[in-house]
Amino acid sequence: MYSEKVMDHFKNPRNVGEIENASGVGTVGNAKCGDIMRIFLDIDADGIIKDVKFKTFGCGAAVATSSMATELVKGKTIQEALQVTNKAVMEALDGLPPVKVHCSLLAEEAIHAALWDYAEKNGIKIEGLKKPVNDISEEEEEEEY
Amino acid sequence: MKKMIYLDNAATTRTAPEVVEAMLPYFSELYGNASTVYEFGGKSKEAVSKARETIAHAIGAKDNEIYFTAGGSESDNWALKATAEAYRDKGKHIITSKIEHHAILHTCEWLEKNGFEVTYLDVDEFGVVKLEELKKAIRPDTILISIMFANNEIGTIEPVAEIGKIAREHGVLFHTDAVQAFGQVPINVDELNIDMLSSSGHKLNGPKGIGFLYIRKGIKIRSFLHGGAQERKRRAGTENVPGIVGFGKAVELALATMQERTSREIELRDHLMNRVLKEIPFTRVNGDRTNRLPNNVNLCFQFVEGESLLIMLDMKGICGSSGSACTSGSLDPSHVLLAIGLPHEIAHGSLRLTLGADTTMEDIDYTVDAVKEIVTQLREMSPLYEDFMKRSH
Repeated sequence: MYSEKVMDHFKNPRNVGEIENASGVGTVGNAKCGDIMRIFLDIDADGIIKDVKFKTFGCGAAVATSSMATELVKGKTIQEALQVTNKAVMEALDGLPPVKVHCSLLAEEAIHAALWDYAEKNGIKIEGLKKPVNDISEEEEEEEY
Repeated sequence: MKKMIYLDNAATTRTAPEVVEAMLPYFSELYGNASTVYEFGGKSKEAVSKARETIAHAIGAKDNEIYFTAGGSESDNWALKATAEAYRDKGKHIITSKIEHHAILHTCEWLEKNGFEVTYLDVDEFGVVKLEELKKAIRPDTILISIMFANNEIGTIEPVAEIGKIAREHGVLFHTDAVQAFGQVPINVDELNIDMLSSSGHKLNGPKGIGFLYIRKGIKIRSFLHGGAQERKRRAGTENVPGIVGFGKAVELALATMQERTSREIELRDHLMNRVLKEIPFTRVNGDRTNRLPNNVNLCFQFVEGESLLIMLDMKGICGSSGSACTSGSLDPSHVLLAIGLPHEIAHGSLRLTLGADTTMEDIDYTVDAVKEIVTQLREMSPLYEDFMKRSH
């Protein structure tokens, strides 16, 4: 069902983890639908993404798209990172099954959400970046049992 | 092939070697059509009769009440649609439950579009149909109650005897989808007041593509497939002789081994559940702890998503299944897990392991070790787990 690339990124996800005192953190998705992605960015004074980490709750495609998205933005400028679309992530993974396309959208959103957080923290405006709609980190309550 | 531990026996089972052996001559040598007059075809007819007898005997029915079909889904479709058609003058109301297999639920939805009214009963937190609700739901125009014998996902065994009694007292027909239960628990259609029962061969080490519908004598449902006069003119189509022979053999074996096999499975099942609950935190067992199918284990691991878990288990050679959205092809997790009251995010982290006749204690211990390792690994990368741990510290 998944391409070899997807399986590779699922089995050996790149950049899993967190960054303490990250420049920007973005969480998107919804536990109700079964996918949550969180991306941590470390951006230096020149606006280069020096490091990136992720954590994901979700299916194989969700993990693989998060992993690939982090690879694609690492070492890039903010503007370059903005160009990493869901299509680019999908292409880099040699495609996704149609029901999993939303996972790649989530990966794009997660990067945007982390950049938005960075911009807000630094009181700057990033050209071409819209406020992500998917950030649920504030309102989503976990249920215990 | 790498080592494989097959724990998805609710999906399908290995066709037993004895079953394959019994079937083979009916492909190669004894290929005659059972409806012909010559002696050669008569051998096929004889084999079909023998299998029918074995199966009828297994559920306490008469030979002429067993109708072979292509499987469980056809049996379910036939029972519901044909009953609706035959009894529409009496009424247009059907009662079922929210946790039925889709072969029932989607057929009910189709019937609703065609002028019937369906009540979907709630279940309690263990997945047991509420009998008081059932009694209240029965109306003068109720023609059928269809409740599964045991649930395919969470393994809960329904109070079939009580449901049969209630149906009989109210003069309503009672159909049960026994696809998962047949061969695992004793069934007697007379004692349980069952009027119709669906079953499938490949769930009990028989072949795929064969099932039956038991129809109590006197129930006036008509043919679902029109054509030749096979199956007492109620189900057209040349008999699947090898399939029927294999099904008969599988039932014979299932009955002969039931007590010994299921008591062993119960021991393994309970060991699996107990180890997981003891060794993996934030875990729950779905379904009734004891009143469940001997081979069914259904667990939820909080902060973990089911499909990821399945792929990682597969990498270790373990076959299981999940009720997560990703495995159902929609955004919603299993309707059964939602019906027992689980929130979406927990239902996404479900794992069903269903044991078989060949499962060993070694397999179970290997599986628990693997699940433990994988759940830990997935939680490490789960933002839900991170949030939870930060909040609780």
